[in-house]
Amino acid sequence: MAKSMNITLNGKRHTVQNNASIADLLTGLKLPLAKVAVERNLCIVPRSTFESVHLSDGDRIEIVRFIGGG
Amino acid sequence: MQDKPLIIAGREFQSRLIIGTGKYKGYAQNAAALAASGAQMVTVAMRRVNVMNPDEPMLVDFIDPKSVTYLPNTAGCFTGEDAVRTLRLAREAGGWSLVKLEVLSDPKHLYPDMEETMRAAKMLIEDGFEVMVYCTDDPVFAKKLEDLGCVAIMPLGAPIGSGLGLQNKVSIRLIVEQSTVPVIVDAGVGTASEAAEAMELGCDAIITNTAIAEAQDPIRMARAMKHAVMAGREAYLAGRMAKKRYADPSSPLAGLI
Repeated sequence: MAKSMNITLNGKRHTVQNNASIADLLTGLKLPLAKVAVERNLCIVPRSTFESVHLSDGDRIEIVRFIGGG
Repeated sequence: MQDKPLIIAGREFQSRLIIGTGKYKGYAQNAAALAASGAQMVTVAMRRVNVMNPDEPMLVDFIDPKSVTYLPNTAGCFTGEDAVRTLRLAREAGGWSLVKLEVLSDPKHLYPDMEETMRAAKMLIEDGFEVMVYCTDDPVFAKKLEDLGCVAIMPLGAPIGSGLGLQNKVSIRLIVEQSTVPVIVDAGVGTASEAAEAMELGCDAIITNTAIAEAQDPIRMARAMKHAVMAGREAYLAGRMAKKRYADPSSPLAGLI
């Protein structure tokens, strides 16, 4: 079994370890878990499930946060 | 005499000024302008994080969402689906359901696409959102949006970012008169007198971003906007004098020597 898999992260190809959770992904990117929102294949991933939701090969992930706007 | 607070979807605000958080030199200047404006609500956008730079400044570190109400917008969305997707993410990031819906059309004028706005408003309300809606200054659409269940009607005064001031005072006044939810002029205000003008028409609040952020001194303009909104509101409550066609001396004519 391969040790890593490919996902699309914010529109770009990204490699993660097999069976990584959303929390693993965020921690690996050094992103603050409490300040971002995550969408996986167009569905919201509730923050309370970051640890339990695991990535699959080919997942499309969006990670967003609040920025200045009008 | 105390004015009553601004109430939007059951939330109370003492300030009737809502400011944007875009176009500032940085979040520090933005936070200083917010303090000077006295605003209790700020509009914010949702965007992808820069995964290459996890240390980039975060808005939430400069403006605390616990003490200031964040109003996530759908700026940049051109379809109802885009708007709903964006606000679902915003609700997850922030944990609240009060949002600003704007579905735009042509980037040249950024007028709201009212057909898509109506469709998106319906989807959002069904999904449990409390929708403050950016709309054209058309009283017919304003009424339809209120009937759908929008919690605030937010007609534009002029195109977004133009600073041209209120272009159609007649329709803004008609919207104010017919609405039973707050009416907030969103977009078009360029300077303090125009904010006062909107409030004098009876608007419940105004939203302004560019007028403050692109002023030569944003902090000072934020303070000017605060006073203008208060002055306009007081003038509206006081009720202006009737307009006359000719002069009417202020000093009595009787007893002249």
